[in-house]
Amino acid sequence: MIEISGSALLASLLAGAAPILLATLGETITERAGVINLSLDGTILLGAMTAFAVACSTGSLAAGYLAAGAVGAFLAGIVAATSLYWKVSQVAVGFVLTLMAKDLAYFLGNPYVRLHGPSSPSRAVPFLRDVPFFGTVLFDHPLPVYFSMVFIFLCWWYLYRTSWGLELRAVGENPRASHARGIDPKRLRMAYALAGGMVVGFSGAVFSLCVKPGWGRPQGAEGTGWIALALVIFGGWHPFRAALGAYLFAFLQIMGIHLQGWFPSVPAQVFQVAPFPLMIFTLLALNLGRKEPALSPPLKGKWAASFRRPFSVSMPSSLGRPLDLE
Amino acid sequence: MKNLARLGTDFAVTLVGAFGLATAVLLFAGAEPLSAFSALFRGSLGSLLRLGYVMNAWIPLTLCACGLIFTFRIGLWNIGVEGQVMMGAILATWALRCYGEGGSPVLTVAAAFAAGMAGGALWALLAGYLKTKGGVHEIFTGLGLNFVAQAIILWLVFGPWKRAGVASMSGTETFSRDLWLPAVTAMRLSPAGLALVAAALVLTAVLIRYSRAALRLKALGNNERAAPMFGLRPQAYMLLAMAVAGGFAGLAGTIQAAGVYHRLIPAISSNYGYLALLVVMLANYRVAAVPLVAFFFACLNVGSIQLPMVLELDSSLSGVIQGALVLSALAVHGWRSGITKPGRAP
Repeated sequence: MIEISGSALLASLLAGAAPILLATLGETITERAGVINLSLDGTILLGAMTAFAVACSTGSLAAGYLAAGAVGAFLAGIVAATSLYWKVSQVAVGFVLTLMAKDLAYFLGNPYVRLHGPSSPSRAVPFLRDVPFFGTVLFDHPLPVYFSMVFIFLCWWYLYRTSWGLELRAVGENPRASHARGIDPKRLRMAYALAGGMVVGFSGAVFSLCVKPGWGRPQGAEGTGWIALALVIFGGWHPFRAALGAYLFAFLQIMGIHLQGWFPSVPAQVFQVAPFPLMIFTLLALNLGRKEPALSPPLKGKWAASFRRPFSVSMPSSLGRPLDLE
Repeated sequence: MKNLARLGTDFAVTLVGAFGLATAVLLFAGAEPLSAFSALFRGSLGSLLRLGYVMNAWIPLTLCACGLIFTFRIGLWNIGVEGQVMMGAILATWALRCYGEGGSPVLTVAAAFAAGMAGGALWALLAGYLKTKGGVHEIFTGLGLNFVAQAIILWLVFGPWKRAGVASMSGTETFSRDLWLPAVTAMRLSPAGLALVAAALVLTAVLIRYSRAALRLKALGNNERAAPMFGLRPQAYMLLAMAVAGGFAGLAGTIQAAGVYHRLIPAISSNYGYLALLVVMLANYRVAAVPLVAFFFACLNVGSIQLPMVLELDSSLSGVIQGALVLSALAVHGWRSGITKPGRAP
């Protein structure tokens, strides 16, 4: 009995984390190339709305996912183009876009509120789903959830095992040096901003067509983008650690729902904000952890180094800086 | 003269860009742009009462924007204004709830203003300390604290401060009539609020122009690394700017609670904090343009309330237009200058 409920819990964890995981990975790609796309929260909502509206009116789920990806790429393109070519502040444009995309989603999504629309069905993998515990946990999900899990490894492989990934990281760390090596930082940053934005838009579609089917005001995905931005930092701009963060977050969210049952007198909205103070505490712990050598006697030995490694994050050196190649 | 012409062109291009975008969005949604724009106009400036509503939105917007001028000077993204407005409203409500038989209404209201400003300033300082001592970016702390403040209001409204019998989204018990700020009935507008905004604008303009501290804010915002050479501590000035911004936001929250709603409601801040950030950006971080931009934004906000009834459009159209305005202003500005001025737009 315990084993069955445990596997069901894990399965719902993997599925529930899919959108925020994808958003975090998408932004990790963008930031690794040196661009901050602060418009995540609005992008996810506009992507969710677009996907649902397109899927409703065309009847095609694939069209919905594609449209959401296109919207995400478009918004990221605005942030990247204005900063790379006109040197407008990325934070400013991203912040305005996040508010505007949210309002645009509510405005254009008005006719689709509380409609019943299509949603991605569960596709169990033949044979593998019959494996005792792992079958339920890993192999009985809708397609986007499989994709989110595969995408973690895909990101890691691309970033650290291909020469394109090396160029991506070089452009984020030292654009001048990579320029001298014959790489065009502007073009690469633009390309990876578009790619990352596409994944973020897609993550919105995973909300409205898979995890929380439907559209409403509020949709329920509000605030996710900001959490994903914090998770990128928590993840130290590394796909594996970002994924760990996303799954931890999803786990805490599920715990929150259970906790709500224990305190029926406290309004549900109070529990819904719990991720945000947690986000602040996590970032605080991360920063204080980084300052550790100054605050406490340095830990010695191999064991200590491996203990500290998860807390020492390194930001892409030229993240968010205006590109200056002259 | 040349500058003026350039400013005029920029202004026109920005307006055309923003309203062009809004028109495209309206056409896409299958609505008639002209009737939507005229509904926005009639809904905001169509009658004296409506103008009163606009002014009631203009007051908190302008107050928050005044505070943000200081934080933008030193390059801080004080996204936490929204929560600072709420914290101000919470503490002001707490002070007003202490009023009982035989108490002095004037003293109570004065205490509420002091408490409200202190509440906003403390909430801002919390974000500031997390930045200076903890190294957490103010965007994350500010945003997180906004959600926390919202949760505190909901908890209060549904818990300790709930109305006798029913707890609902309509808020706490209405304050005693003695504690309401006096208002012009035809417009439901309190002159005290207007006077406070006028004072805030003058104070901000004078401080920015003549005070040494504001000059140092700008210097630090432009080049933080040069600070030690002048014996300046950037952290102290960051906290100072945050406290001032929080104080202004708390004042806005106090007016919302004591002068507009006469109680604490969950939507007490009405998104004015986030909107004020857009106001300051569109005003190009200058005090002089703030009241005008804030007035225009307030008109859009109030005018859009009627859209669902009149045209069956969602009221978030106002947000789309406001965002489009700031976005096209940023684009025009960036295209003009071609280079970023580091401290100006952080």
